[in-house]
Amino acid sequence: MTLASHFSYWITLFLMVAGLFIVIARGNLIKKLVGLGIFQTSVYLLYIAPGKLIGGTAPILAEGFKVYSNPLPHVLILTAIVVGVATLALGLALVVRIREAYGSIEEDEILQRDHSYQAEDAA
Amino acid sequence: MRHDLVLRIVAKLLIPFILLFALYVQFHGDFGPGGGFQAGVIAAAAVIFYALIYGLDTARRVVPDRLVETMLAAGVLLYAGVGFAGLALGGNFLDYFVLAADPVAGQHRGIFWVEVGVAVTVSGVMLKIFYMFAARGRGADGED
Amino acid sequence: METLIINLLLTMMALAVVILARSRNLFAVIVLGGVYSFLMATVLVALDAVDVAMTEAAVGAGISTVLLLGALHLCKTEEAKPIHRPWLPLAVACGTAAVLAYGTLDLPAFSDPQAPIHVHVASRYLAEAMAQTGVPNVVTAVLASYRGYDTLGETVVVFTAGAGVIALLRRRKNNNDRRATQTDFSGERRP
Repeated sequence: MTLASHFSYWITLFLMVAGLFIVIARGNLIKKLVGLGIFQTSVYLLYIAPGKLIGGTAPILAEGFKVYSNPLPHVLILTAIVVGVATLALGLALVVRIREAYGSIEEDEILQRDHSYQAEDAA
Repeated sequence: MRHDLVLRIVAKLLIPFILLFALYVQFHGDFGPGGGFQAGVIAAAAVIFYALIYGLDTARRVVPDRLVETMLAAGVLLYAGVGFAGLALGGNFLDYFVLAADPVAGQHRGIFWVEVGVAVTVSGVMLKIFYMFAARGRGADGED
Repeated sequence: METLIINLLLTMMALAVVILARSRNLFAVIVLGGVYSFLMATVLVALDAVDVAMTEAAVGAGISTVLLLGALHLCKTEEAKPIHRPWLPLAVACGTAAVLAYGTLDLPAFSDPQAPIHVHVASRYLAEAMAQTGVPNVVTAVLASYRGYDTLGETVVVFTAGAGVIALLRRRKNNNDRRATQTDFSGERRP
């Protein structure tokens, strides 16, 4: 194990943890979704980087090439990207509805308002 | 943005080529990089670009909501239909070998229609999502 | 050389994320997200995943950015100052990172042809795809034929997400009453 042989794993890991950090540390819902997106894209790297072979080529069969990178992770991630944007849109739709109902997309303010509603109900 | 001459002209020049590229990516996907997912997204991006430059209402006249909502479901149904066609012709679900006399030609046919289904659903969903957000934005502007 | 380019691009991605995490202007955050996606697409080209790179460039940098900006248009552009210092999340993130880094020590080296990922099913796809399906692009062959069930499932997920967005954002005819939406929402959370 050397720096060169595992560098891609560590960057993947850094991106993953950075995404996780943004999701749990930031209160803004749009920022959270961006963080979630970074977490998600780090998984693309986690799948595709090990499939690479130095000196190989893209998995499109042609005369004169012997070494191809692994096509299977490409397939899995290809669909994951499109599903990712669809779920991002779903999350954003929820954010828009929350903003319309609460007038805010900051977690703290939403919670505060929730408590005041509960207090109103109790009174 | 509706009155910006440069943007309007550039959009007019670019959009046909974006759509052509989407078709190329769709039908050349067997031989080069590409396929239904990419083609669907690129085609949707062309219409989104059009909507951004010429306004949502114009885009909705060109690609009406009804058509987009039909595309949403039609793609999935086409994909599943290919599966059932395999069943009907005596194979398993999503078995393409039975779709033509020659197994390899059958595979080709199956892959082609499946990719078309994927492209239709993906472009429909992307476009519908954009329409929903854009229309919402305008409504909120009116309310505020 | 190839490894050097890939590592350089990966470092740039990490930098983009650091700047993104520190920024509180949401417009800047979204644009940086687009930059990050383009860098990701470039890395994917360098990693020979051309199909994925094309999708990431169109989806990650194109459609997601448009959607995020569209949503931002409906919300405020400035993130509020956090009331807590982020020490606890930082500790959680660092702890997770430490555990994951420990896990990477046993993983095969980058571009090792003997790694399990290369000796398992992939070599069969590469050897037989042309004869069985007549499609030179193995990614398309695996996506549409060998793993057709997977892709059918993914298409249904995309469809469902689209339907969900329609359900959430469709305007009902008497939707101008904001108060009604509020009670709607709070009622759902408090049974």
